[in-house]
Amino acid sequence: MRTQETVVMFAIFVGITLVVTWWASGQSMTSRGFYTAHRRIGGLQNGWAIAGDYMSAASFLGITGLIAFYGYDGFMYSVGWLVAYLTVLFLVAEQFRNAGKYTMADLISFRLRGRGVRAIAAVSTLAITLFYMIAQMVGGGALVNLLFPQFGEPFAIAGVGILMLVYVLFGGMLATTWVQIIKAGLLLAAALGLSLMVIAHFGYSLTAFLQASTAVPIGGKPTNLLEPGLLFHGRLGAINLVSLGLALVLGTAGLPHILMRFFTVPSAKAARTSVAWAMVLIGAFYLTTSFIGLGAATIVGREHIGRRLYAGQAIVYIAHHPQQQVQLNAGLARNGYVVPQQDSNLAVPLLASNLGGPSDGPLLTAFVSAVAFATILAVVAGLTITASSAFAHDIWFNLVRNGSGDEAEHVFVARATALGVGLAAILLSIALRGFNVAFLVGLAFAVAASANVPAILLSLWWRRFTRTGAIAGMLCGLISSLALIAVSPVAMGAHAIFPLENPGIVSIPIGFLGAVLGTLGARDRDSEEMFDQLRVRATTGLGAEV
Amino acid sequence: MRQQQPQTRRISPPEWHALAREPEFVSLQKARRRFVLPATAFFIVYYLALPISVGFAPQVMSRAVVGPLTLAYAFALSQFAMAWILLAAYLWRARSFDLMAARIRHRETHELRT
Repeated sequence: MRTQETVVMFAIFVGITLVVTWWASGQSMTSRGFYTAHRRIGGLQNGWAIAGDYMSAASFLGITGLIAFYGYDGFMYSVGWLVAYLTVLFLVAEQFRNAGKYTMADLISFRLRGRGVRAIAAVSTLAITLFYMIAQMVGGGALVNLLFPQFGEPFAIAGVGILMLVYVLFGGMLATTWVQIIKAGLLLAAALGLSLMVIAHFGYSLTAFLQASTAVPIGGKPTNLLEPGLLFHGRLGAINLVSLGLALVLGTAGLPHILMRFFTVPSAKAARTSVAWAMVLIGAFYLTTSFIGLGAATIVGREHIGRRLYAGQAIVYIAHHPQQQVQLNAGLARNGYVVPQQDSNLAVPLLASNLGGPSDGPLLTAFVSAVAFATILAVVAGLTITASSAFAHDIWFNLVRNGSGDEAEHVFVARATALGVGLAAILLSIALRGFNVAFLVGLAFAVAASANVPAILLSLWWRRFTRTGAIAGMLCGLISSLALIAVSPVAMGAHAIFPLENPGIVSIPIGFLGAVLGTLGARDRDSEEMFDQLRVRATTGLGAEV
Repeated sequence: MRQQQPQTRRISPPEWHALAREPEFVSLQKARRRFVLPATAFFIVYYLALPISVGFAPQVMSRAVVGPLTLAYAFALSQFAMAWILLAAYLWRARSFDLMAARIRHRETHELRT
């Protein structure tokens, strides 16, 4: 790989985002500015930022890799990640804008006023953001390390973490938003560009492209990647698929870093507009995963890609020249991935360099690598500010200080906790870099769907819902999804006690059941009293935070 | 656009209860529900039909329907169309929700000022 091109691309991205951070730094001096960018982000911008916050490295690298390997079954993820936004659109986006302030806990404890509810909502927020952040940063470190092996992985992770901290500490939500917007633009350009080149490779014939995908040689045998069943097979595979689908479709509406984006717009209408734009962008992006994944399988050749692709590995063929295969495999093996046997003839060429040809291949490869890097940075920056808000606003201000303390203290604590969260994530990611952390993203979705979503939905729509119910529901969802993942095949391999990789089909009902049973125990008049107010506010925007 | 409504004073708890029972608010809530509940039920069923049909009837879903495209892949792609159509329908309907909400907000803030 030619390092100069990559360095230049990285430098351009980092330079632009630092200028944005410098420009934004003056506007994050209050807690409202720091967490919500003064609620002045427009619907269109917020739509791009949501897309940038959401399309993680796991989707760009992992899903395209899964499609290259398992065809249709990999594409299942893409479908779920778009459809999930209908839940956000119909049930939470406008309600959050109208009745929320800074954090997810603000909405849940709007009428369920109690320290317990807020504490657990904050803990759940922290758990989800930390899982997500570690998965992204370990991936980011591996990526930077592959491109610049001279630094070593701990330094690569620390580098990603420090850059993310600079955005958040100095630029707050405004800088984070623009980093996400820039990243979404770059990612879409890269994904659409690669897709176009794949189609061009087949003489602009969709039929020729699809035809090639029906006979991809795997182990000498032509395999139809358009057929289902390559990844999930049998009865258990079917249940796993449904379970995954449920977690994806409900989980997104409980992801704190996505929900927080709705506090940055001026009105419920702008919140709706932002979901609309996000759905257009995210949908377009996930459609391209088919072209990139199937294109990699047909053009590069599936047998040249590796044995099992997972998050981060599609980079293999997108971002690397064959010469780097040795380091790459060593890195992947350390991260717990199954890597192909060494064979110089089967070295991994990249889709980008394959498509780009000898002249512009390196440039294209450098661009795609820079995009993957930008993707990771934008996502972790959004996660850091979310975790910081849960610590500073929920735990420090509302629980420890009981809502007292002045603005200067608020902003100081927000920045200090962002620094603390960022440093903790860097250290944890360095410590965990030898482990396969890809399952942490799935875990984040499972916790969001099982712990947060029941509490959010019942708080908004069930008058009788009580504080005890919310606490019971969130605890049940949190504990059951953590416990089931711990005894599932992703953690225990062949000796798993629980057969499903995705616990959603069990843990989501447990979360709802806990919430309902906890509620039926005793009435909570105070919370019922507040229900009308929450309904009117959430529906009309009366009394909304400005 | 910048501000949803000027906060002239706090609305008291009894006022919130009264607001929740006003015909204008009740009809806004009903109109929203009439769209959101069936739409949510529809997309969840339509979406879950994909993993269920693929998981439990893989042979049927492996059949090529449009050229080499299998029924499963075509169904998966149709989910994108479904999501965008529901989005467009909601954006269309929500214009009237916005008008109703704006009327309620306007009246409340107006009454508060006088």
